[in-house]
Amino acid sequence: MDAILEFIWLLIRIGLFTLLPLILMVAYYTYAERKVIGAMQSRIGPNRVGPLGLFQPFADVIKLLLKEIILPKEANRYLFLIAPILAIAPAFGVWAVVPVGDGLVWADLNAGVLYVLALSSMGVYGIILAGWASNSKYALLGAMRSAAQVVSYEIALGFSLLGVMILAGSLNLQAIVNAQSGGMLDWYWLPLLPMFLIFFISALAETNRAPFDMAEGESEIVAGFHVDYAGASFAVFFLAEYANMILMSALTAIFFFGGWLSPFEGWAFLGDSWLRDSSIFWFLAKLVFFMFNFLWIRATFPRYRYDQVMRLGWKVFIPITMVWMLVAALFVFNGIVVRGA
Amino acid sequence: MTIQEIFFYLFSIIMLAAATMVISVRNPVYAILYLILTFFSAAALWILLEAEFLGIILVLVYVGAVMVLFLFVVMMLNINQSRVSEGFVKNLPLGIGVALVMLAEVLMVLWYKNQTGVDNFPIPVPHEQGYSNTAEIGERMFTAYLWPFEIAGVVLLVAIVAAVALSMRHREGVKTQSVPQQISAEKRDRLELIDMPVEGVKKN
Repeated sequence: MDAILEFIWLLIRIGLFTLLPLILMVAYYTYAERKVIGAMQSRIGPNRVGPLGLFQPFADVIKLLLKEIILPKEANRYLFLIAPILAIAPAFGVWAVVPVGDGLVWADLNAGVLYVLALSSMGVYGIILAGWASNSKYALLGAMRSAAQVVSYEIALGFSLLGVMILAGSLNLQAIVNAQSGGMLDWYWLPLLPMFLIFFISALAETNRAPFDMAEGESEIVAGFHVDYAGASFAVFFLAEYANMILMSALTAIFFFGGWLSPFEGWAFLGDSWLRDSSIFWFLAKLVFFMFNFLWIRATFPRYRYDQVMRLGWKVFIPITMVWMLVAALFVFNGIVVRGA
Repeated sequence: MTIQEIFFYLFSIIMLAAATMVISVRNPVYAILYLILTFFSAAALWILLEAEFLGIILVLVYVGAVMVLFLFVVMMLNINQSRVSEGFVKNLPLGIGVALVMLAEVLMVLWYKNQTGVDNFPIPVPHEQGYSNTAEIGERMFTAYLWPFEIAGVVLLVAIVAAVALSMRHREGVKTQSVPQQISAEKRDRLELIDMPVEGVKKN
């Protein structure tokens, strides 16, 4: 009985400290996206609902939830309804091993990096099954594009993490962050600069964001895999996309930018300032910075052509990561970068 | 029953049921989805055995990549569902024969080792907290089993090269972009500014 109560209490805490903040962040991320891209294109963005349009996300959510869920007649009903759940579950599941502060993590897994890669590779099923179950040409084309793209970029994503694993000497996310301590020049973005760039670009491709949003491609295949979705089922796909973007920003911060570590750790001349303390504040600051980059890139670059996406992944990124893996090993071997625990 | 046993039986039942569904459902897309469930349950069983590296890699490689490509192919092919189950009765005796031979082989190994009783398979002692299965596998692979590991790597490399060589074909008359040529293109190679008089306007 005690075990059951403890389990329920754990579920409540997970909901309160991870799910709820995440969903609120998604809501305001959509608002931020419209405001930021609006500003970049000399527009105002949403400003009608509430002060500065701050209640716009809730208006959107209520609108989506009240709309009818349309089931296409020829669609495969079960898979059509399961697909959005399969898309969102991995995006939330990965947060189990993501440390937001020193010791602030649900599961301190020793094989954390593998868990992250395994779960994030499953998000593609939501997209493929949505495309297939819709029984529509555009949806299937979007699903096919997305499947090929995600499987290709997963390799670049995983390979770019090999450098982090070599330097940190661990697969545990907390150990990886702790191995980067010492100030912003000790973070792994510096010795692994090409890996960092490849990781972030592959993250764009994994989340199907512009300029790699071939799966949606609204100018060619209308909306790709979710063209037949409406109302709440569409809202879940929407939530999954933004939750994935937040997740990838968090992972970039952890693997290459020292997670919750302060950038001024070793800077003695700053005195006893709070800026030198590592705290969840720094993690959130880095998270928001990379989330902003997602929007910035979307407002800046035009969509890639499909064959060029494949070329970039296979012929450019994977060879570079392979070479830099050797470079990282030489860094450790020659003592240029001290390997973590 | 301990909680481990409950989970063991739960995942085992799901795995066996899903594996049966793989060969019994008519729709090939469903068959692949059940196969994914089978892999997933197998991974869960491995994690129960504290082999978390193998379990997660099974999900990462098979569920995350191989089965996606399977689904990809099956969705594109549009397989005729009635033809799949054709010849089931005809091939049944052969299938049973192969299954029996495999069962006999497994039993022979067990009999040879004289370990047919459950008592000969003691419950493994759980490792202490902080034990890293991944580190242990890595250490064994690069010390005790270095040669088999390297040879397996070379065999896989040969398989990749062979697959690429077999599926590669050169077609005539296909236009592809040459990236180095595009990058090295310069303004003076492509653009020429010509001074010409404006047409249709008389100069005074």
